[in-house]
Amino acid sequence: MMIEQLITSFIAAAGFAVIFNAPKNALIQCGLVGMLGWLVYTISTINGVDAVVATVAASILIAVLSQLCAKIFKTPIIIFTVSGIIPLVPGGLAYDAMRNFVENDYNMAIQLAAKAFLISGAIALGLVFSEIINQVIRKSRWKKSQVRSN
Amino acid sequence: MDKKAITKVCLLAGKLMLQSGAETYRVEDTMIRIASAYGVLDAQSHVTPTGIMFSMGETEPTNFVRIDKRSTDLYKVTLVNSISRNISSRSLSIEEASNQLKMIEKQIHAYPNYIQILAAALASGCFTIMFQGQWIDFIPALLVGGLGFSAMIYFHHIVEVRFFAEFLASSIIGLFAYFFVYMRIGVELDKIIIGAVMPLVPGLLITNAVRDLMAGHLVSGLSKGAEAFLTAFAIGAGVAVVFLII
Repeated sequence: MMIEQLITSFIAAAGFAVIFNAPKNALIQCGLVGMLGWLVYTISTINGVDAVVATVAASILIAVLSQLCAKIFKTPIIIFTVSGIIPLVPGGLAYDAMRNFVENDYNMAIQLAAKAFLISGAIALGLVFSEIINQVIRKSRWKKSQVRSN
Repeated sequence: MDKKAITKVCLLAGKLMLQSGAETYRVEDTMIRIASAYGVLDAQSHVTPTGIMFSMGETEPTNFVRIDKRSTDLYKVTLVNSISRNISSRSLSIEEASNQLKMIEKQIHAYPNYIQILAAALASGCFTIMFQGQWIDFIPALLVGGLGFSAMIYFHHIVEVRFFAEFLASSIIGLFAYFFVYMRIGVELDKIIIGAVMPLVPGLLITNAVRDLMAGHLVSGLSKGAEAFLTAFAIGAGVAVVFLII
């Protein structure tokens, strides 16, 4: 059960990297980032964590991994984050919401749309959060080295 | 140094990145970095999804580039990024940089269409499994997803109206998913459709929009959000039309 989720999320993330024309030597890393993010998400949701919280946790992990990959392979971070977050993106929810809208079930539609919006906000929050941590670490190091040079 | 040449290089680099789907702040950052590497320290750039404004200092003329077509081509973003790194480390002259950027501009996508369609098909099948679908629905989702994605590529070529291609592609997805379930090759219509629709869903746009808003790029964030909303609406409507007819 878990293994099939791992394999499918790897293929899905790498497949999206191909759709987005990512460089060939980054495909495996993209797949791995997506797989680990999805792993965190599924494990948290199976254990009863709310989907939004699980998404934040997964996207923080994705952002940290992507930053590592970007540092190591000297490529823009967007390559890894984009294909990594694809499994988390609430495409199914957005589709469900739209379907309910056109079937005139507005109550359900608004509920689903709000949830889709919250989850996409959670993805962005996770990505920005790790960037902030990175900046804080870098700036505090900079201050230390400045103190030393003084 | 020749300010016209510097402006040209900056604008070309920015245009390439924006057309290939780089983040707004990265485009602005790259342009200003290139300018400062060539000795222009007071360059200003303002980037929105549909245009780039760039000027050096107060007395120089401001330049503007209109962006019509946007796609996602991360390979180009990587190439432009490495050129801007080389410029920053002062190992690339203006002529060389401009030549290399023009080479990138002429380049076509890194992967041919059939590989992209194959990847989309595989991803669709996998998404069906990831959303707790059954393995029996893997093959239908794979076929329908590949078909929908190739339909979108085809309609993007022949239809100028942006959201119509997504609309038509998702109605094709809905139609064929219904067909497979009707023929009893697939079981759950919803799971097949969700998996097959995933390659069309503007997931990147939604997330980039929220991210731009948080980073203070309000114009870019709102316009990307509008684009994402319209695309999602087109997809939902395309599938819904099939449900209404059948």
